[in-house]
Amino acid sequence: MVAYVLRRLVAAVVLLFVVSVVTFAIFFLVPRIAGATAEDLASRYVGKTAGPEQLKEMADKLGFDDPLYVQYGRFAKGLVAGADFSTGPTVEHCPAPCFGYSFITQNPVWPDLVDRLGVTMSLAAGAAIIWLVVGVSIGVLSALRKGSIFDRGAMGVALAGVSLPIFFTGLLALSIFAYNLGWFPPGGSYTAITENPGQWAYDLILPWITLAFLYAAAYARLTRAGMLETMNEDFIRTARAKGLVERTVVVKHGLRYALTPIVTIFGLDLGLLLGGAILTESTFSLPGIGKYAVDAVTNNDLPKVLGVVMLGAFFIILANLIVDITYAVIDPRVRLS
Amino acid sequence: MRRSRPAVALVAAGAALALALQACGGDGSGTTSTTTAEFDAAVGKVFNPSDAKGGTLSMANSGDWDSLDPADTYYAYSWDFVRLYGRSLVMFAPKPGAEGTKLVPDLAEALGVPSDNAKTWTYKLKQGIKFEDGTPVTSKDVKYGVERSLDKDTFPNGPTYFNDFLDLQGYTSPYKDPSPDKLGLKAIETPDDQTIVFKLKVPFAGFDYLAMLPATIPVPQAKDTGTKYKEHVISTGPYKFSVNNLGKNFTLVRNDQWDPATDPNRKALPDQIDVALNVNADDIDNRLLAGDLDVDVAGTGVQPATQSKILSDQNLRKNSDSALVARLWYAAINPDVAPLNNINCRKAVEYGTDHEGYQRAYGGPPGGDIATNVLPPLIPGAQKFDLYNVEAKPNGDVDAAKQALAACGQPNGFATNLSYRAERPKEKAVAESMQQSLAKVGIKLTLKPYPQGDYFKLYAGKPDYAKANKLGLMISGWAADWPDGFGFLAQIADSRVIRAAGGNTNLGIKIPAIDQMIDQALATTDLAAREQIWPQIDKKIMEEALILPGVWARGLLYRPPALTNVYVSDAFQMYDYASMGVKQ
Repeated sequence: MVAYVLRRLVAAVVLLFVVSVVTFAIFFLVPRIAGATAEDLASRYVGKTAGPEQLKEMADKLGFDDPLYVQYGRFAKGLVAGADFSTGPTVEHCPAPCFGYSFITQNPVWPDLVDRLGVTMSLAAGAAIIWLVVGVSIGVLSALRKGSIFDRGAMGVALAGVSLPIFFTGLLALSIFAYNLGWFPPGGSYTAITENPGQWAYDLILPWITLAFLYAAAYARLTRAGMLETMNEDFIRTARAKGLVERTVVVKHGLRYALTPIVTIFGLDLGLLLGGAILTESTFSLPGIGKYAVDAVTNNDLPKVLGVVMLGAFFIILANLIVDITYAVIDPRVRLS
Repeated sequence: MRRSRPAVALVAAGAALALALQACGGDGSGTTSTTTAEFDAAVGKVFNPSDAKGGTLSMANSGDWDSLDPADTYYAYSWDFVRLYGRSLVMFAPKPGAEGTKLVPDLAEALGVPSDNAKTWTYKLKQGIKFEDGTPVTSKDVKYGVERSLDKDTFPNGPTYFNDFLDLQGYTSPYKDPSPDKLGLKAIETPDDQTIVFKLKVPFAGFDYLAMLPATIPVPQAKDTGTKYKEHVISTGPYKFSVNNLGKNFTLVRNDQWDPATDPNRKALPDQIDVALNVNADDIDNRLLAGDLDVDVAGTGVQPATQSKILSDQNLRKNSDSALVARLWYAAINPDVAPLNNINCRKAVEYGTDHEGYQRAYGGPPGGDIATNVLPPLIPGAQKFDLYNVEAKPNGDVDAAKQALAACGQPNGFATNLSYRAERPKEKAVAESMQQSLAKVGIKLTLKPYPQGDYFKLYAGKPDYAKANKLGLMISGWAADWPDGFGFLAQIADSRVIRAAGGNTNLGIKIPAIDQMIDQALATTDLAAREQIWPQIDKKIMEEALILPGVWARGLLYRPPALTNVYVSDAFQMYDYASMGVKQ
């Protein structure tokens, strides 16, 4: 088991390296292949009336004149050993892992990411608990009462949940529950859990429910399909034949088997969300990783883009790792193979 | 006793007049005001005039601030807002309507005194102005503020006017300045603590506009932290920062070192100002309509969906203002691309375009007025004229266009390319409208969308690229940095700002006579005489048919009823944040 985990960890580091190289190449190599000069690249990061001298100075400052491997090396060195940056009157050390300073706001990227990670984790964790509990429960009940009014109603709602985009359900929820009824706080409200846990939960209820609505719908349909298939398996019939109570048959034998694909999807979904719940954060104006990512890409702000991509890749790889380990726990055949 | 009908009518008219006078008053300085909520109640007059202090003004911005540092900011809303925590040498008069485009002293006792043919400008600072820590403001602090703004490595976002006009003699930055006090720039002299003298390379009669820029807000050298100064700007205005979470939100509270006796321009009504950043744009509109938010600080108007909602609901409409903006949406006609190198072919484009179609692309009348010439009406001195029958034939003058084509030697029309910014649906709609209308006269347009981030830097604004790729028409837009002919025309009409490397906003106007007129205006210190020159340049551009004017832009602003002392500033073309208050 330990060797298995170590192997996966080494693969994860290699994958992160590949992701960083590919992202770097997309932003630096592709424009160069298309004929962009160092000054062309720098022109994105100067004011609208900047002259050729300022373009040259900015290209020098950002190191766009250097060969690509030098630029990537500088970035990688910052990640491992930190880097120094000029604030104008002073030189400031950016400790490892240093993703550099934003080309636009000139703020260090890593503290920004750490700061925003709390928001994204709060959003993702709360929503994940809701969608997992609600989605799986509805899926199981629908499967057990196949064809009933409950089943049809639940699947109808699930279809709506999967079909409606978050920027619609989110704005609608804000309009009704925050601005008309006044039950929940307006968009942009967020209190750190360390400051006031009650307020933290209250601020996030609407985003949680909105995000969970989308995922719970998908999970309900997935669980229902899995349970329907499982409940027709031979081992379920055997369990029933042994005289086990129906609850034990469903939960211990049926659900456990049907959960395997759910765990896979859940791991990937959670990993993706931790890399930034872009639409939910934008709709509810939550200062998380997703909103940060949108701003970074919109402004071609490479250090921020690299930071977000690396963080997103890290969480997806981590989630995959946890899923694989969970597999081994749920299904011993994985460990043996 | 009975009253006759005429007598009743007279009394009724008198009562109505009395009510109107009650609702619509003045402050004795010529500024009109009103307390009646109606459409455009805050355009040209003050709505809900008030001197009542207190309350919290709640603002939100759909994006991030470019920077709160006065040296590093280039958004109109930021120049409007910065006056709450910083005082520059001069500022726009805090008045609605055209009066608001006039400059008045702020830190300075009076407007600048020119000498040496408008190459030297002298200002005297008022006594008694302090930073938030109680330190007196001196001319050296103003000089240092301008010096640091010259460093575009550290502050890339701000305008470059001081870099362009000051006689720098090689000076680049106080951070590279070997002199102990970091005040080595020879182009600015501070003979005493109250006097500051600017020395320019060339005459600039409108230098007071540069003295209005946030870069002249004083910065104490000992407190300057370079790129980190935006985290805590040292205030000279009526408010100072109490909270500043970059990229998220900040709060301003009263600055007890601000002395209203030195500042007749700011009312400083709210006790506190909260600003949330990166808030969803649609959510901002919802919150404004719900009364949960007071101001969309970006000041560019509500989103299209909200605009329709407001205009179709009388209760919402009465709380909105359609602000005319000093912005022109236009198409540049490229004289470097044949056959548009022939003036008659360019005129055919002017005649043949469907101008109502252009306006429809920008949302119809709420999006702006059909433009007949270049200078927006808000620019002092602007004159409206119509060389191409736009008002008489707003859908295009086909006969005149065909005559122009014949004179050009292209009686059957010609083909050319039209570029626009791919991410802008309004520009795409303009392109399609022009494609349809010009096809009627035989001009075939091939539409070429380009990414907006590189539109001026690599494509339309790069002369070689535009010529090689036959971009005969280029959709564009321009807003003045300040409401003045120079602020509007210099970057789109002066041939000397065109750079081969790209990044140009002048997309092909290379007329020596226009350059000469701009130079003449820069040396004309008499304001009235200077304002006569700008329409001449406008006429020359239109006679040469180098710009196809589309729309003089408007923005629909929503004015929540809780706001007091609110009006649209013609200088910023949004609500004046330095005057605004809120009901408690």
